[in-house]
Amino acid sequence: MSEILALEQISTVEWLLPASGDMRVPGRVFADSQTIDQLRKDIAEKKEWNALRQVQNVASLPGIITAALALPDVHPGYGFPIGGVGAFDLDEGVAVVGGVGFDINCGVRLLATPLHNRDLSDVRDRLADDLYRTVPAGLGSEGKLRLKPEEIDELLQQGAHYAVKRGYGFEEDLATIEETGKIVGAEPGVVSRVAKQRQFKQVGTLGSGNHYLEIQIVDEVLDPEAALIYGLEKDQVAVSIHTGSRALGHQIGQDYLKTMEQASRKYKIPIREKELVCAPIRSPEGEQYLSAVACGSNCAFANRQVITHLVRASFARVIGAGSTPIRTVYDIGHNNAKIERHCVDGETRKLLVHRKGSTRAFGPGREESPPAYRQIGHPILVGGTMGTASYVLRGTALGMEKAFGSGIHGAGRALSRKKAAKKYWGETIKEELAEGGITLRAHSLRGVAEEAPGAYKDIERVVQTTTKAGINRPVARLRPIIVIKG
Amino acid sequence: MPFEYLDHTADVAVRGIGETMGKAFCEAAKAMFNLMVDIDQVTAKQSLDVLRDASTPELLLVDWLSELLAQKDLTGLYCSRFHVSIAEQADGLHLEGTAWGERLDPSRHSAKLEVKGVTYSGLRVVRKGKEWIAQCVVDI
Repeated sequence: MSEILALEQISTVEWLLPASGDMRVPGRVFADSQTIDQLRKDIAEKKEWNALRQVQNVASLPGIITAALALPDVHPGYGFPIGGVGAFDLDEGVAVVGGVGFDINCGVRLLATPLHNRDLSDVRDRLADDLYRTVPAGLGSEGKLRLKPEEIDELLQQGAHYAVKRGYGFEEDLATIEETGKIVGAEPGVVSRVAKQRQFKQVGTLGSGNHYLEIQIVDEVLDPEAALIYGLEKDQVAVSIHTGSRALGHQIGQDYLKTMEQASRKYKIPIREKELVCAPIRSPEGEQYLSAVACGSNCAFANRQVITHLVRASFARVIGAGSTPIRTVYDIGHNNAKIERHCVDGETRKLLVHRKGSTRAFGPGREESPPAYRQIGHPILVGGTMGTASYVLRGTALGMEKAFGSGIHGAGRALSRKKAAKKYWGETIKEELAEGGITLRAHSLRGVAEEAPGAYKDIERVVQTTTKAGINRPVARLRPIIVIKG
Repeated sequence: MPFEYLDHTADVAVRGIGETMGKAFCEAAKAMFNLMVDIDQVTAKQSLDVLRDASTPELLLVDWLSELLAQKDLTGLYCSRFHVSIAEQADGLHLEGTAWGERLDPSRHSAKLEVKGVTYSGLRVVRKGKEWIAQCVVDI
């Protein structure tokens, strides 16, 4: 425990966990004192899953560069903490399944409509019902785009481009998706037959858990210049789609957990926690895993592209011609591992950056950002709870320097699912949301209880913390008016 | 209490308890499916067989649970009853299992949440007195 007690306060929102024992680098936690108190409490109570210990575990992996990071929405995960970032040297470092998780490239797509709040006043229930019927969600749901075995390989290589080719959306959508919705290096041969078969019926499904589809209102513009560039204005109707790579990504994670378990022994890699099994980045296992992650990422982009199309169809049915065009503002994942260029101690190096429950957040001037956003940096999409605001942020130069260009991804859970289900009742949550002007359509009331707004940290506090730390900057706050849950 | 859930902030740790390792595996599977659907509402209409080899009891547990998860999507079968026998062999353990269940019917089954994967986190298969415990975190 002494190593934990040595947590050093750098500022009101930044803490250092000095390297000790087998840690190769320190841990760096961007969090307010309330979050730190909770993390310390978890240690004091000897909780098996606690985020500070997980930061230490990541900091002990071979080839990790500078520091293992935790961002303000940090909470305990498995392997990496959620809100965790780990960057690795390509020659000395490792690729870690627990640094990505099972829902590869789970992320958020934000759509902007030409509508304003007042345009929805008479049609809100109809729109909610239509979206609920149109977008497949919840346990066992099946998508409308069915794939044949030979087609899924094309989807894994082409990502959102494949969905557009099949008539789901427009070419214009692709320009404002992270990496244009198609990550290169995706070789379908490294993905198992079972993983592909599991996905045949799941393309364009929302899933369950914390996934959602929300109709939102731009509640407040906090950075007018950036909001103008992103095409967002006060009272505008927006749409957020939060989902991932569905069963394909889940099976890739499962398959490679086993591969990495064997690889960890083969390459004699010391690991502190079983879930951090890994392989050298330059090994066949490491390279295959990263290619499989690219396949899973492309699958997630395609899923969100298909759902975008379904949302447009719903708006067209309910509202008509006035609902077009519905534009893709951005689409960004928050469970990923990517090779990126970063400046380390004055030297530009290529690193493998794992982000588990964290987005890429590249500041101004990076060529990876879409040309339209390059000058100020791409949007970071931060999901709220079904009762609270979501945020659009952007990256900063300081974030590039201190956090490998990474951003927060949500509020972060405060209560376990077990505790939330005991404390909240789905039907009551639905009524409370209705009183607050939020229309909820959900396939599982138990899921609603587990995802109750009170089970999460206060997103306002999380956004304030990341802003104060200087690693992300707020652009706009969005509040939900219709929530579709799996 | 043959199965229970342990507190985990983002996901859920499932724990199966039984007189034998095989029975603990069955209870862990019940715990996992009960996160997705109320297993008391699931009838044993169809079955599927699972054969698995692994070097350790822990890896065998992950293989067993993850195979059931994959089969849920491939066959549509949500299971509520299980039988598992585990035998030692030269290079580890051999599992022969059967799971019984049925396809999801929203008119009869209360759907809950989807389990995405079976992790190595909190993974433990241990004998405690007269009981076996089989547990791990599953991703929601």
